[in-house]
Amino acid sequence: MNEILEILLSVSFWAAALRIASPLILGTLGELVCERAGVLNLGIEGIMTAGAMAGWMAVYQGADLWTGVAVAAAIGMILGFIHGVFTVPLGLSQHVTGLGLTLLATSLSYFTYRMILPDVPSPPRIEAFQPLAIPYLSDLPIIGPAIFEQTPLTYFALIAVAVVAFVLYKTPLGLAVRSVGENPAAAEAQGIDVYAVRIGAVMVGSGLMAVGGAFLTMSAFNAFFFEMVAGRGWICIALVVFASWRPGKALLGAFLFGAFDAFQVRLQQVVGGDIPYQIFLMLPYLLSILALIVMSRRAAYPKALMIPYRKGER
Amino acid sequence: MRLEPRSNVPVHLAVLAPAGAVVLALALTAIPLLWADVPVAQAYALIFEGALGSRFALTETLARATPLIFTGLAAAVAFRARLWNIGGEGQLYIGALAAVAVGSGAIAAPPMVMIPMILVLGALAGALLMLIPTLLKLRLGVDEVVTTLLLNFVVLLFVSMMIEGPMKDPMGMGWPQTAPMIDEATLPKLIDRTRVHTGLILALVAAVVVWVLVNRTTWGFEMRAVGASPAAARFAGMPVARVMVRVGLISGALAGLAGVGEVAGLKGYLTLDLSPGFGYSGIVVAMLAQLNALAVVVSALFVAVVFVGADFMSRSIGVSNYLANLIVATSLLTMLAASLATRYRLRLR
Repeated sequence: MNEILEILLSVSFWAAALRIASPLILGTLGELVCERAGVLNLGIEGIMTAGAMAGWMAVYQGADLWTGVAVAAAIGMILGFIHGVFTVPLGLSQHVTGLGLTLLATSLSYFTYRMILPDVPSPPRIEAFQPLAIPYLSDLPIIGPAIFEQTPLTYFALIAVAVVAFVLYKTPLGLAVRSVGENPAAAEAQGIDVYAVRIGAVMVGSGLMAVGGAFLTMSAFNAFFFEMVAGRGWICIALVVFASWRPGKALLGAFLFGAFDAFQVRLQQVVGGDIPYQIFLMLPYLLSILALIVMSRRAAYPKALMIPYRKGER
Repeated sequence: MRLEPRSNVPVHLAVLAPAGAVVLALALTAIPLLWADVPVAQAYALIFEGALGSRFALTETLARATPLIFTGLAAAVAFRARLWNIGGEGQLYIGALAAVAVGSGAIAAPPMVMIPMILVLGALAGALLMLIPTLLKLRLGVDEVVTTLLLNFVVLLFVSMMIEGPMKDPMGMGWPQTAPMIDEATLPKLIDRTRVHTGLILALVAAVVVWVLVNRTTWGFEMRAVGASPAAARFAGMPVARVMVRVGLISGALAGLAGVGEVAGLKGYLTLDLSPGFGYSGIVVAMLAQLNALAVVVSALFVAVVFVGADFMSRSIGVSNYLANLIVATSLLTMLAASLATRYRLRLR
C-alpha cells in the first residue's frame, strides 16, 4: 500500500502521465475533429505511423525539429485528403477505406524507411525535443515540474486542445463542422459546402494524428522502430467515445489513460517477477475496451457519423 | 452527368473491376519504386518469377494462400452482415494456441481422432473469441471495430505469456516457442518435400461451404438481409441478434482454422511470428473478392503471389519486401474505387 502511495505522490509519476498522454491527446483530438464532421477515420493507426516515420526522417536528413513536425503534419493531411475523397464525395465505406489507409500508410512508411536505410544495425538516433521549463510556472510546487517541464510538443498538444475547443464551439467554422456531422442536409440549406467542410475536417484531424505519431519519434524516443505505434491509434478511437466527442473530456481521458499507463509500469517494478509482464502490457488495451463498455450505452454519436451524404438527395 | 445505381452487376464488370484495380495498384506502386531508382519492370518480373516461375515457387504460393483463404472467408462472411470483424489476427493465434494445447503431447490418439479434434478446438477458440465483441455490440452497443482490433493486441500478449510460461518447450533451448505438434496431430503434406499441406484442401472445402451457406440457404439470406439493412430485417421478423451471433461465430471459427492450419500443417510449433498479418491481409482478400466466397480463393492466390514473389524479388535485387504490403494495401484502395463502377453506371445527359 505504501509503495502505491509513494508512486502517486511522486512528481515524476505525474510528469510521466502527461508525457505518455501527449500522443494520445493529439491522436484523440484528430479523430474527434474527423468524427465531429461525420467521418470515422480508421486510418489513424497508419497516419500516426507515417507521421512518426516522416517527421523523424526529415530531422535525420538534416531538417530542424519544427520542420520535422511540419513534414509529419503535411503527410498526415495528404493521407487525410485521400480518406476524405474516398469517403465523402465518393461515399465509399468509411470502415474499409480507413483500414486500407492504415495498411497503405504503414507499409509505405516501412518501405520508405527500408529504402533509405537498407541495413542499419540499430535504429539511428536524432537530437530529439528536450524538456523546456516554462519560466515562473515551473516553480509551482508539484504541478510545476509535472506539467511545465515537458517537451515543446506536449505544450503543443495542450494548446491544440484549447484551439480545437474554441474553434468548434465559438466560431462559424466550428458550427459548420458540427452541423455537417449532425445534419448535412440542413447544413447545405444554410449554404455550407458539406463536401469541402468534411474533407477539410478530415485533413486537419489527420494532420493532428500525424503530429501525435511524430511525438513518439521526436519527443518520447529519438528513433523510429517498426510497430512502435502499437495500437495507440485504436486506443484514441476508444478515447473519442469515452470523451463523448468533446475536446476537454478528450484531454481528461487521455491524461487518465497516461496516468494509468505510468502507474502500471511503476507497479510492475514494485510487484516484480510474481506476475508475468505481459499481464501489465495487456492492461492498457483492456482498459480501453472497458472504457468503451462503460460509455457506449449513453454515447451521443454525431448523428451523421458514417453516413455518406449525396448532394441534392434527401 | 450523374451516377445511377445499378440493379444487377454484369458479369464482365464483376471480373474487370478487380483486374483493373490490381493493374492500377501495380502502376501506382511503381511511383515509389521509380523514386527509389529501382528498375520497375525487373522488380515486377521477379515477383512473378518468384511466385509462379518454378514448381517450388508454385508450392510456396499455394502454402501461403492457405491461411489467406481462411482469413479472407472470415472477413467476407462477417462484412456481408456488416459485422466488422477486424480481429482475424487474434482469432488466428487463439486457434493455433488451442491446437497446440492438445496437439503437442497432452493427448495421444491416432490421427483420425487428433486431427478432427484440433480443427474443432481451434475453430471453437476463434469463434468464442469473436463472441465477446459480438455480444458487446449487441448488448451494450460497443463498436466491434475497436474491440476486435484491441483484442488482437491482448491475444498476442496472451500467446506470448503462454509460450514464455506454462506452454514453453522445455527442449526449446530457451527460445519462446511451444513444444512441437506430435506426428498424429500434424496435417499430412499434399505434395512431398514441399510446404503444401492438406490445410489447402480444407480451405477450398470451406470456401465452397461458405458460398453455399451465404448464397443458397435461409441462414445466408438472413445474413445478407441484416447486412443490407438491420432495421428492414428486424421489421421482416428476422432475429437480427441471433443472426449476428451466428455470423460472428462462423467468422471467428474460420480465422481460428487459419491458425490451426499454420501450426499443424506448416510450422509444427507456435511462435509469435506464426502469422505475418494474415488476419489483416484477409480483409484485403475479402474486399478484392467483393465478399464472394469462391472469389476469395482467387484473390487469396493473388495476395499470396505478391507476398511470395516479393520475398524472392527482395533477395534478388535488394528492394525491401515491404513492397508486397504496399501493393496489397494499394490494391484494396483501388478495388474500393473500382467497386463504384460495379455499383453505379455513369449516365451522360
